Amino acid sequence: MSMDMRSLLDAEALTRQAHRHSERWAELDGLGLLGPSLFLLLVLFVMPTFGVFAIAMTNWHFGSKSLAFVGLDNFVALYADRTFRASLWNTAFYVVMVVPTSVVLGLLIALVIESGKRFRAVYRTLHFLPFMATLSAMAIAWEALLHPTIGLVNQTLMTIGLPTANWLRDPATALPALAIIGIWQNLGFSMVMILAGLKSIPEALYDAAAVDGADAWFSRLGLVTLPMLGPVFMFVSIVMALRAFEAFDTVQILTQGGPGTSSQVLLYTLYTESFLYMRTGYGAAVTVVFFLIVAGLTLLQARTMDRRIHYS
Amino acid sequence: MNLPRTLWQLARHLILLATAFVVLVPFIWMVSLSLKPPGEIFQSSFNLLPQTWFAAENYAKAFTSAPLARYLVNGVVVCSSILTLQITICAPAAYALAKIDFRGRDLFFDVVLVCLLIPHQVLALPLFILSYRLGLIDTYTVLILPFAVSPFGIFLFRQFFKRIPDDLVYAARLDGLSEFSIVWRLMLPMSGPAVVAFAIFSVVSHWNDLFWPLIVVHSDRLMPPALGVMAFRNEQAGNDYGPLMAAATIVVAPLVLAFLIAQRWFVEGFAGGSIK
Repeated sequence: MSMDMRSLLDAEALTRQAHRHSERWAELDGLGLLGPSLFLLLVLFVMPTFGVFAIAMTNWHFGSKSLAFVGLDNFVALYADRTFRASLWNTAFYVVMVVPTSVVLGLLIALVIESGKRFRAVYRTLHFLPFMATLSAMAIAWEALLHPTIGLVNQTLMTIGLPTANWLRDPATALPALAIIGIWQNLGFSMVMILAGLKSIPEALYDAAAVDGADAWFSRLGLVTLPMLGPVFMFVSIVMALRAFEAFDTVQILTQGGPGTSSQVLLYTLYTESFLYMRTGYGAAVTVVFFLIVAGLTLLQARTMDRRIHYS
Repeated sequence: MNLPRTLWQLARHLILLATAFVVLVPFIWMVSLSLKPPGEIFQSSFNLLPQTWFAAENYAKAFTSAPLARYLVNGVVVCSSILTLQITICAPAAYALAKIDFRGRDLFFDVVLVCLLIPHQVLALPLFILSYRLGLIDTYTVLILPFAVSPFGIFLFRQFFKRIPDDLVYAARLDGLSEFSIVWRLMLPMSGPAVVAFAIFSVVSHWNDLFWPLIVVHSDRLMPPALGVMAFRNEQAGNDYGPLMAAATIVVAPLVLAFLIAQRWFVEGFAGGSIK
């Protein structure tokens, strides 16, 4: 017994010693451990971000020797630029098509999966598959699927007597077609996040609802499930919106913003201005706009996450 | 009471099989076309399986008319280098943030949090200019180096490291382990799930990334899979569907197979990854 006590006291003394050690060396160790990260974060993240804001206030064309400070001229020009305005509208439209649909479909599939016990993992896996798959390759598969004559989509529509379209070449259908691919890709992700949310609802709440007479599936859904999922919906919607704002691969491969500007989206405009036309200053201004939108959404996401943690 | 339940369970399977089928159609169509000869592809009637099997020809052509194998090797080289660098650089920083009390720690963590706000597409333009100045365009370095540090990695590892009891750290110090060995021999091994989740997150992101490689790589021999398959399609003018679908299948296959084998890890990795 006393031996145990002694070794315990020894251990305490040693722990104190270790504490002192940690205090003494903390600064030095901390620097050694952090140094590479700190350096790389500054060089690869912080400075480039300031750089974008600085370049956005110049008229620099990549490769030209001279550049001038032009203040906010690029942003004024953006405001008047038809292609840029089209890309903002198209992006908004794309987000509005993709976000609610993928959240609602994700919810429905999650609810159906959770309503039984068998093959849960199989169904979850199958629906999540598109999220994993290399989008640039799958875009090529979608192109074949949407092919005006030999594509499965038009063949099926023809068989059941519905009108067909040249989906990716028609200004009226190009952006909606890309949005459908976006929904197809992100649906499984929203489903997985909602499934996690469903699992975190305490069983006791359902019991309480049953005591209050709400034991039909539908009333439990309205009284417990949906209200409890509230913060999750917010979170999932923001994640989906972030992914929708970052849509690029399908645009680059399938439509290149066309026909006309009908599928021009923000990130694609950023790419063409910065890296195809080499209008560096102007491209940087587009980048600033993109950054403000995405950073705003990410901040909002962090706040909803804080709340979610707080509740649980 | 029991009959509606049984009926619903049946309906549940029917609904989920139907939605799963719709979700899988692009994969099925892609693989189906990759097995068919040109004549059958351009036929208006639809069969899932070919009448004449043309798989060998299509896949052989995919590998010979484009450096498809090279794209895959590039993908492996780039993804594994990025992951190794990220873990080597982020884990010590996360350990310092989680377990060492030093002046400026909160400030450093704020820097990490701010960097979490910055999407990579925003960094593309300045990093492109920097790479150009350094003569790094069209090299492996430019595909790897910009991702050497991951704010998300630091954030995730810090969360896991914080849960490891301090006493273990003190004990390890008493045993004479250096701070770096504590990271490698204590922190990382005890954070298995975090390492797996981060590895999946990182590899999937970079295998699938098209944006950055498109900007900085022009020659075939350096293209990662996502860019390579696009280049292949552009060169084929999208007409030779069989080999094109074979190439797309090959590019998609590694992650899909890995996912089917370890689906639980993937799903959890991404559910966790969504906190980014």
